[in-house]
Amino acid sequence: MSTLHESPGQAAWRRLTSHRSTVIAMLFLVFLVLMCGCGPWLSPYTEASQDLKLGASAPSWSHWLGTDSLGRDLFTRLLYGGRMSLLVGMVATLVAMVIGVGYGLLSGLSHPRVDSAMMRFVDILYAFPFMTFVILLTVVFGRELWLLFAAIGAVEWLTMARVVRGQVLALKNQEFITAARAYGASFAQILLRHLLPNVAGSIVIYASLTVPGVMLLEATLSFLGLGVQPPFASWGVLIGEGAGAIQSHPWLLLGPALFFCSTLLALNTLGDALRDALDPKSVSE
Amino acid sequence: MARFLISRLLQGIVVVFITMLITFVLLKKAPGGPLDGERAMSEQAKAQLVELYGLNKPIHIQFWRVLKLAVIGELPCDKFRGQMVSDIIRHGFPISAAIGLPALLIAIGLGVPAGALAALRPGSLEDRSAMLMSTLGICAPSLVLGPLIALVFGLKLNWFNVAGWYDADDWVLPSLTLGLIYAAYVARLTRGGLRETLAQEFIRTARAKGAGEGAVVFRHALKLASLPLLNFLGPAAAGLLTGSFVTEMVFQIPGLGQHFISAAINRDYALASATAAFYAAMIVGFNLLVDIIQAVINPRVGLKS
Repeated sequence: MSTLHESPGQAAWRRLTSHRSTVIAMLFLVFLVLMCGCGPWLSPYTEASQDLKLGASAPSWSHWLGTDSLGRDLFTRLLYGGRMSLLVGMVATLVAMVIGVGYGLLSGLSHPRVDSAMMRFVDILYAFPFMTFVILLTVVFGRELWLLFAAIGAVEWLTMARVVRGQVLALKNQEFITAARAYGASFAQILLRHLLPNVAGSIVIYASLTVPGVMLLEATLSFLGLGVQPPFASWGVLIGEGAGAIQSHPWLLLGPALFFCSTLLALNTLGDALRDALDPKSVSE
Repeated sequence: MARFLISRLLQGIVVVFITMLITFVLLKKAPGGPLDGERAMSEQAKAQLVELYGLNKPIHIQFWRVLKLAVIGELPCDKFRGQMVSDIIRHGFPISAAIGLPALLIAIGLGVPAGALAALRPGSLEDRSAMLMSTLGICAPSLVLGPLIALVFGLKLNWFNVAGWYDADDWVLPSLTLGLIYAAYVARLTRGGLRETLAQEFIRTARAKGAGEGAVVFRHALKLASLPLLNFLGPAAAGLLTGSFVTEMVFQIPGLGQHFISAAINRDYALASATAAFYAAMIVGFNLLVDIIQAVINPRVGLKS
């Protein structure tokens, strides 16, 4: 093993790329982001351009994944929908991360009494039927996009807070923190220079596993007609439209389903691989 | 024990109450009302209804009325006049449960053996195929798997109705959809829990004193390994029994799940807050059950109130 001269970062990268499935997942995600980012400009069709004469048609050379009953090109709509789904996945995860990391750090660093009260609050929040609240929020406040981000993010932060708080508790009494305190580092310095870098691994791992969860939540809401609204599309919207037309045009379900599931698969694979790479304790094989 | 039960019950009641309150207040703050979208109705009739349901009273008085009537089980719907909320729950819950219970059994019956097999032979073909299946299950959520199952078993093979709630076997496809997805999570949790447990000292002790492999796994390891699984199954069971929103929509099942969404959209304040409270009560109940089972299995966990 030539691990002697590696930095921790290099070692993590080597572990990450040592599995073929992880490399494939990463390449797929890069390709997908590029495709959804640039694809719509290259496509001869637009998201809304209809071809009523053509109507619903099966996959062909001019329409790779077929068209819907309004003659809209499914592949183009999938690329636009992918932008929306990926955007929601990333922004809502960011919201959840900011709330969860902030809450977890604060709780872990506070006096044990405050800490236990703050964690008790999280425990109690777990007991609420959150899906119903997210549905309510989207029903009540119209279907504005920023609200969708906020509602999903506000639901997904609980586990992140627990993870971060657990890490902080494990770290805060270790010698290097005591040493930093001894030479007079301020609270902010300890937090930003010493604690956060050590918690970063867990944050990355958990965030990467949150993205597919968030995308699933968005798809579920859009499927129920409560998420992304026409004329915009997301993968959830397209799967919903496809599910309504399985009797006559099954390709309208199969195309979006394939895109959505392979993206979830790639994200989950990457998340698991990150956990193995960044947390050497949990290496299983 | 008694103290634990009482404090948890009180906590549960608070959770149910707050859920109901938030649901009610959120919907009240939304534009529109239950009388919107009615066909031609005289101003007088409208005013009568507003008076009857107390829609013009202050919000806390309205909530108090809903709460009072809900507790004694005589809360009328705002939207479908003449229907009691309790009747809707009494009608919808058994249907949702008739789908959720088989789904739960499928999930446990398929997921626990698959996860255990995978944990006992790490890296083997069984392990890898079980984990591949469970990854696929996690990546094919109900909004994808449901329509696909309907397409294959309903439309192509013609074994079951594609949708609806008419025949005695209409529970099969929705239960299969939910069961397969939950089985994927159950398998992962079983595998993870079992592998962690098998690496512990007391397992080595059990092996050293000459216990057979079967006894080691079933008497010693599986008990402790089931803790994370139980934590997952509590809320999962509550969600399954009260109806999955997506699956009920895909298979057009008249269960409880759809009522919540339609009540929110119709601004049926009474029905929406009562179903949300019912759902919260189920979660609280199952979480309590899980805590008790955990304390029985592993006395070290104890009963935290």
